[in-house]
Amino acid sequence: MPETAVAESGTELSPKELARRHGLTASGRLPRLPEYTRQLWSYRHFIGAHASAKMTSSLGSTKLGTVWQVLTPIINAAVYYLIFGVIIGTSRGVDNFPAYLCIGVFVFQFTQSIVQTGINAITANLGLIRALHFPRASLPLSVALVEIRNFVVALLVLIGIVLITGEPITAEWVLLLPLLALQSFFNTGLAMFMARYGSKNRDIKQLVPFIMRFWMYGSAVLYPVTLFTEKLDGWQLALVEANPMLIFIELYRHALLENVTLAGAPVALWIQAVVWSLFVGLGGFVYFWRGEKGYGRG
Amino acid sequence: MADNDRIPTVIADDAHIVYKVHSSASPGTGSPLASLKRMVTNTKAANVKEVHAVKGVSFTAYRGEAIGLIGSNGSGKSTLLRAVAGLLPVSKGAIYASGQPSLLGVNAALMNELPGERNVELGCLAMGMSPAEVKAKKDAIIEFSGINERGDFSSYPMRTYSSGMAARLKFSIAAAKKHDVLLIDEALATGDAKFRRRSEARVRELRAEAGTVFLVSHSEQSIRDTCDRCIWLESGVVRADGPTDEVMREYEAYMRK
Repeated sequence: MPETAVAESGTELSPKELARRHGLTASGRLPRLPEYTRQLWSYRHFIGAHASAKMTSSLGSTKLGTVWQVLTPIINAAVYYLIFGVIIGTSRGVDNFPAYLCIGVFVFQFTQSIVQTGINAITANLGLIRALHFPRASLPLSVALVEIRNFVVALLVLIGIVLITGEPITAEWVLLLPLLALQSFFNTGLAMFMARYGSKNRDIKQLVPFIMRFWMYGSAVLYPVTLFTEKLDGWQLALVEANPMLIFIELYRHALLENVTLAGAPVALWIQAVVWSLFVGLGGFVYFWRGEKGYGRG
Repeated sequence: MADNDRIPTVIADDAHIVYKVHSSASPGTGSPLASLKRMVTNTKAANVKEVHAVKGVSFTAYRGEAIGLIGSNGSGKSTLLRAVAGLLPVSKGAIYASGQPSLLGVNAALMNELPGERNVELGCLAMGMSPAEVKAKKDAIIEFSGINERGDFSSYPMRTYSSGMAARLKFSIAAAKKHDVLLIDEALATGDAKFRRRSEARVRELRAEAGTVFLVSHSEQSIRDTCDRCIWLESGVVRADGPTDEVMREYEAYMRK
């Protein structure tokens, strides 16, 4: 009597055949990559809503609210300007050191916040993941969207600083747009990579601050890039100059500043930036997609 | 009974589920030295245990059925639901489902800093509704949840809600969409009596819309009121599967022992 319901359906067809005949699919099946990308596209409104919801909720308990989006980069720049431009007053052989420095700090900050928030994209939303079905890549994408928006504001502040410190507006400023697109693509891939990696290895979160600091020192943020060519050679120099963050920062400097010594020829840097962006952007997406079905497990 | 008239929506075929649990460390295993030793000798952490929660469960659920899952605590009911929803992979056997089953649990955390109505919008978009659909359904969802009965709570952040109100809103969001298969995990227990009646009526409606509803609950009353079929799980094995009355009788006799 207890097992009757099971037995009845089993007498005629095996469960597998029955499932196939009625078009049932196995739960937890990984969709193919094109199908997954399409699903993700149909969830674009959710991604947008989630990103702006995150932004409001993180600033919701502050009095100034969205003003902080502009205030944070300004204060950030002010601190560095005060220390390096006024107190130390060093130029280290760079014409416009405060602007040179701020570009490095802001551009690096963009990637740094992506890594820091991306690593929590899955772990901080486990409740949502376990409750509702949506392509999980929506979460790192929404993280990336928040950070891209923040960086666009920061970039406007940066342009203000560059102008105040006496740089002229040149045709090369147009290069900021493709550069922003490339770095955003790079960072989105990075966010997806960190989201999956962080969901499996919780320990990595403790190491991220050190990794990021090490990466920052290797990206010529606080000192001119020429320091590397003076102190390093051979494979060490090649390694440092292949660093994608160094390449991005150099390209921003190339676009915004006059008379600046770069790590290499601009064309070579552009090619490397494109290769890095495609590699990390697409690689991160594929890596994240392959883990799609395991994210609810926690 | 003619199987051909009935359309299966969920088929579990000898499904086994094993998952790892990180329990809190037992004495002597939590020290840095002990974890270093584990890393060096490459042994598994002592506080990671494998739990064989579901052991070879088979059943077929049909369209229009409401199935109650009963069993004592830790019998694998919630684990089974999460596997049907595709959130936990099965380690052996298979679970087939039509469309995408949706799990409605009490842990459906939304964003506590945001007002209720923003959460409704976000939840609906997360279920795959278009912005136009969300707009059309938003007011009905808030009305159904009844959170506005004592003032304009839908514009307050969700952290100000009582746990019952939050659970009601979450249920209302999940119940707004037509699901092929809806899995409800203890969610009805949180509301007050009035809301429970309303949500039970909604579960019946969802069933009438030709879906299948699974309900995990420890409340015998809500199982008897909403479900016509019951599956009784005990330590990961199906003890009984049949009409609610019969299975509940057996279950109650077992629990009194």
